Amino acid sequence: MKPIWSSVVAFGSFWYRFIVGDDWTVAAAVVFGLLATAFLNARAVAAWWLVPVLVVVMVVVSLRRASPHRNFLREAQEEKK
Amino acid sequence: MNNLSTGIGFVLLTTFLASTVEAIEMVTIVVGVGATRGWRATLAGAASGFVVLAIVVAVFGLALSAIPIGPLRLIVGALLLVFGLQWFRKGVTRVAANGFAGIKAGHSDEELAWTGPGFDWTAFVLAFKGVVLEGLEVAFIVVTFGVTANLLGPAVIGGVAAVVVVSAIGAAIQPVVSRIPRSLLQLVVGTMLTTFGTFWAVEGIGVVWPAGDAAILALLALYVLTAVTLISIERRHAFGFSPWRKA
Repeated sequence: MKPIWSSVVAFGSFWYRFIVGDDWTVAAAVVFGLLATAFLNARAVAAWWLVPVLVVVMVVVSLRRASPHRNFLREAQEEKK
Repeated sequence: MNNLSTGIGFVLLTTFLASTVEAIEMVTIVVGVGATRGWRATLAGAASGFVVLAIVVAVFGLALSAIPIGPLRLIVGALLLVFGLQWFRKGVTRVAANGFAGIKAGHSDEELAWTGPGFDWTAFVLAFKGVVLEGLEVAFIVVTFGVTANLLGPAVIGGVAAVVVVSAIGAAIQPVVSRIPRSLLQLVVGTMLTTFGTFWAVEGIGVVWPAGDAAILALLALYVLTAVTLISIERRHAFGFSPWRKA
């Protein structure tokens, strides 16, 4: 039973890392944005702008949070070496 | 007819560039293993990897084709958006850090020259792993993008063409492959996946975009502007080019 369960966890973990990657909050924001868009659209409110705005905000937030002192540029260079 | 041509153009370009990004690493691994350990087992491993990828594309493509276009656009659009944002963020980070530089060829202790008798299974496994792991992301993009645009054929052609072109370059003049600006390509593909992911996911909900399909170009412009702005801001802060910083 244990090997089967660990295989299931490994399989799920692979797809999670593959699709979502290292910042789950971006994926969560996308889901939230789509739900909010559907909610507003059902009430006949124009909501096409919501997801694009959320995407831009989340990219900025994600990059800033990953590198509060902008070390990510040096890290990327180190990674390349 | 124009819309169809534009659609085919976007699908071909996106899948070609996405495949180029991964094919660069794929070819670098295969050529590296082949040059150090011998070509027979390496090419057998690479060929086996391509067979696995073809099966993945066929099975995944058939499964997605069975879903109605409305829910498909919502589900696949959301997946492409989340997945594309990964490449978008990585592309911004790497282009900010490295500009248009290519990649350095990897050096692995496992790639020591093979002198033993019989079939070199290590070379086979290294080439197989390189092709499957690097190709999986390409298969994902080709299938989701192609099925959702209802253009799986052109998507597969774009993907295969990139692998063939990069492999041909790799076989003829290997060092050139490592000079292809992979980070920039990753940013371009991430931007396109984010654009189409946004468009399809929101359309899948039932929202009507202002200006219809022309909204794709507006989204593309927004995300390109975002990437360019972030790259220039991050470079200024990280490398001290800030105009408001004291010397």
